[in-house]
Formats: sequence, C-alpha cells, structure tokens
Amino acid sequence: MIRGRVWKFGDDVDTDVIIPAKYLRSVDQSVWPKHVLEGIDPAFSSKVKPGDIIVAGKNFGCGSSREQAALAIKWAGIAAVVAESFARIFFRNAINNGLPLIEAKGISGMVEEGEMIEIDLDRGIVKTPRGDVKSAPLPPFLQEILRSGGLVEYYKLQSKLNQG
Amino acid sequence: MGSTAVERIISDKVGRAVSEGEFVECPVDFAYCHDGTGVLVIDALRRMGVDRIKDPDSFSIVFDHSVPPYSDQAATLQAKVRKFAREQGLKKFHDMGEGICHQVVPEKGYVAPGMVVFGADSHTCTLGSFGLFSTGVGATDLAYILATGKTWMKVPETVRVECTGRLREMVSSKDLILEITRVIGTDGATYKALEFSGEAVRVMSQSSRMTMSNMAVEMGAKAGFIEADEKTVEFLGRDGKRFSTDPDAMPQTINVDAGSLDPCVACPGSVANVKPVSEVEGAHVDQAFLGSCTNGRYEDLYEAARILRGRKIHEDTRMIVVPASKTVHMRAQRDGLLDIFLEAGAIIGVTGCGPCLGVHMGVIGEGEVAVSTSNRNFIGRMGARSSSVYLASPQTVAASAVEGKIADPRRYLR
Repeated sequence: MIRGRVWKFGDDVDTDVIIPAKYLRSVDQSVWPKHVLEGIDPAFSSKVKPGDIIVAGKNFGCGSSREQAALAIKWAGIAAVVAESFARIFFRNAINNGLPLIEAKGISGMVEEGEMIEIDLDRGIVKTPRGDVKSAPLPPFLQEILRSGGLVEYYKLQSKLNQG
Repeated sequence: MGSTAVERIISDKVGRAVSEGEFVECPVDFAYCHDGTGVLVIDALRRMGVDRIKDPDSFSIVFDHSVPPYSDQAATLQAKVRKFAREQGLKKFHDMGEGICHQVVPEKGYVAPGMVVFGADSHTCTLGSFGLFSTGVGATDLAYILATGKTWMKVPETVRVECTGRLREMVSSKDLILEITRVIGTDGATYKALEFSGEAVRVMSQSSRMTMSNMAVEMGAKAGFIEADEKTVEFLGRDGKRFSTDPDAMPQTINVDAGSLDPCVACPGSVANVKPVSEVEGAHVDQAFLGSCTNGRYEDLYEAARILRGRKIHEDTRMIVVPASKTVHMRAQRDGLLDIFLEAGAIIGVTGCGPCLGVHMGVIGEGEVAVSTSNRNFIGRMGARSSSVYLASPQTVAASAVEGKIADPRRYLR
C-alpha cells in the first residue's frame, strides 16, 4: 500500500518539461532530480517530499525516450504516478526502474493538490477523499518486474534461476 | 478475419500467429542507440553483469545528439560510449559526423523490410516507413535486448490512415503528417500502430515517407508502418520479407484528403495545434531551422533551396541548416545547394540532431520564436522556457526565413 500527498499536473506532461535536455549530459546523475518538472514549475524539486504522489491527466510522459525522466521523478522521492493515461515509452521506463504507475481513468476529478491518497497496487485501486478509482492491475509479468525493483534486477533473478 | 501487416511481422518473428492485445516475447532483428541514450544503456548492462552483448553485428551506435560535444561532461560521456563500442567490437559504430541515427541506419542498409527493430530513441518509429516494425524504448529496455536478443511487447492494434489524392505543389509530406496529427491528437494513437496508405503515400518518395513515420510517436503511436516497395529497396540497397495488411483485416481507418491539403504549421505548445499557414502568416520569427530526423534529407534541402535561390534571409531572422547525414551533406554540396544557403545568409551546421532539442547549435533565448522542420514544439523544447516553436515543412521554413515571419510558400512557386 502506498500512501502520500498529491501534486497535480495537467494533460500531455512531456519528458522535456520533466527533465529539460540541457541537464541530460551530466556525469553527476544526482543533478536530474534537482530539476524534476522544472519546465512546468521551476521550484517543484524544492517543494516535493519523499513519499509524495503525482496525479496527472492524459498522456503523461509523452515525447522523448529519455529514461532520465522516470529516474528524476523516482530519485526526487515520488512514490508513484497516477494518471488518466501514460505515453508508452515512459510507461516502460518507469516500470523498468521500479517506479509504480497506475492508469486510473477519472482520477483528475477525484483529488485536489495537497490531499492524501492511497494506492493498492495489487488490486489496482486508488482511494481518494471522494471515493475509490479502479484501474486494471498490471499484467503479472510487469508486476514481477516492478516487485523485483526494475528490469535490471529482474534480469539478474532470471539469470540466476536459469543457472540454478 | 485477416491480419494486419504489423501482426504478420510479429507473428513471423515469434513463430506463431499473434493478434492485437496479446503480450508476446519477441526476438529483435536489429537494435540501435545514440551517444545520449548509449550512456545509460552501458550503465544498465554493467548493473546486469553483462560483459559481452549477444550479437554485436545486429547493434549500431550513432553519435548524433551532442556532436561535436558542447561541454567537457558531454565529451567525457561520449568517450565512455566510444570505449564500450571498441571493447564490444562493434562494426556498426559511427562516431560524430556520420549523421542522425534514424537516417544512418537505413542509409547503411542495416535494416530490411519485415524486420523487428528497437532503438533507444523515441523517433525509432521513422524506420516503419521501410515496411518493418520499429519502435523506441528507453535505455534499460535496450540493454535487456542487447543481453538477450528479445523483449516483451503488446501486439498493437493497427489504425490505418488512408491518404487519398496527390499532394499539390509546395505541400509536402510534413504538411500531411501535421494534418494527421491534428485529426488524431497527441494521444489518439497511444499503444497503437499507425499504417499510412493511399495514393499520396504510394507516389511519395522514400524520404517523404520517413517524415510521415517519424511523427507517429507524436500521436502516442508505437509504430508508423508503410508497406515496402521498389523505392524502399532502392534506398536500403536490399530487400527483405514484404508484409501487407490482409484486405479482410479491416483495421479502423481514418481518411485524409491529401489532394486538397494546404501548407500548415503546428503552433507553439502542442504538435496537434495545427492550423493552415494562411491563419498564422505574419507571426514574427527569430530563427528558422531546416534539418532533423524529420526533414533533414536531400529533398528537404532541395525544396528549401528552390525558394532561397537568389534571395536573402530577412535581416531580423537567422537560419540554420543541418543535413541529416554526411551523405546528404556531400550531395547537397556537390549540387550547389549549400552555396545557395550560404549566399542567402544561412549557416550550415555539423550533421546530427542540431538545435532540435535545445541544447546547442542554435538554442533560442527568452521570448524568442523559431520556425522549425523538426518534430516537437513542447514548452522550452528549443531553448528558454518562454521561447516558442512553430513546426512546418522545409518549404514553409524557407519562405518564413525570407520574410522574417511565418509565410505561405506558395507565393514562391517558380
């Protein structure tokens, strides 16, 4: 169960505003969470607290394949992203890095910024102050990747099993 | 019921008949990345404990994003990727100066119709214009493919976009794909494969088709498929397995009247915010950019040069031209196109992604406006947060550079 305070965003939040390209070629990867969502709110990284949850509209994470977008969100301490829908490359990148995503139709209208919500990943349910929003749970193998902590850890587990 | 071309390609690879909505583990024929995503690919391989990738001959790295490197850190990261390429014995490694990955990979004939191709860049969908299935993924996904030779995916539903009629003079495939984006929206094709067909696509050059497939991702699509033909084979210098959609597969179809289309532009903020150029004419432009994986090919340079020949770029505007590959650059040089650009007052950049992603070679400042042949006009994409970008065809960009404002290229018909 994930419980956290909500930050709200609109539709079509693209990966250029999540992490502008000028920060990508950095040897020091700790730079990325410091600029998370800077394209929309330059002060966001100083306001966000570990365990907070992003709630957004349609097509979250559209645009570039840069994995730094998922990493910047995860390393900023965001516990999960709930959106009306996700762009597909961002979706894969987030799961591959162990960042939980929940596609919950109608979520935008059910919660205000600053409110607390609760996410039951196994059952695909988001509890808001105005009631529950149901979503289709992830397919089992994606849940397994998420539970392993990401695709790298999943690969290592699989390799061990194959050798074992 | 029959199958779509994309279903048939994936079925051929998986070894059984698959259909839309199914999750499959699919062998991958070819993979590639660039200097930007390559760094994270290498990190992921190291964390996975993979010393040797499975098939170095089916993998290409092309340096295009930060060429030449714009900072010591960018150079340091490139050096890391270069070292990796040497250690793995990659024959298909292309250091800076060869071009943009989506241009170089087909130019070198690394791919063929019927293949399944994955790239660590969102515009990998460009290669769907060669009658194959291609899609973009992140770096960790690509590392997994390099380690195992396969990946998981959901077999996409196909939406066919039937483009009837023939494009008129001064209207290009860029105008057509912008119009399609207006109709479908920025998320209207999420998780789906688009298949572009119809007379307009059939008579189009292979380069123009690449422009169409390139922008499939701007509608959320996984792939932008176009059936292969002789033009495809000529571009690649090779043929492969040709697949087409069965007549009775009956995918959802969107009809677009290409024959009556006017030049159009995507206004700042959203790729789907598309208007006829006549409605936007007169908007001031600080910088014109001709290039990118969308429109940096020879025919794009040629069409722009037709307008710029004997003319000057407006004194309030600057213009940057970046060929999509060394091959394009050399041919444009040989044919005198570069002289036309230079005489008009444009500058020629090093082949690569150029200023498209707003980090170097023409970043725009606070409040500045660019008109660009590239594919994204998100907030701050090409520079400052308060800057803005209009997306347009090579013809419209050239006409706008001459006038210093968004201009209708049809006035320049010779």
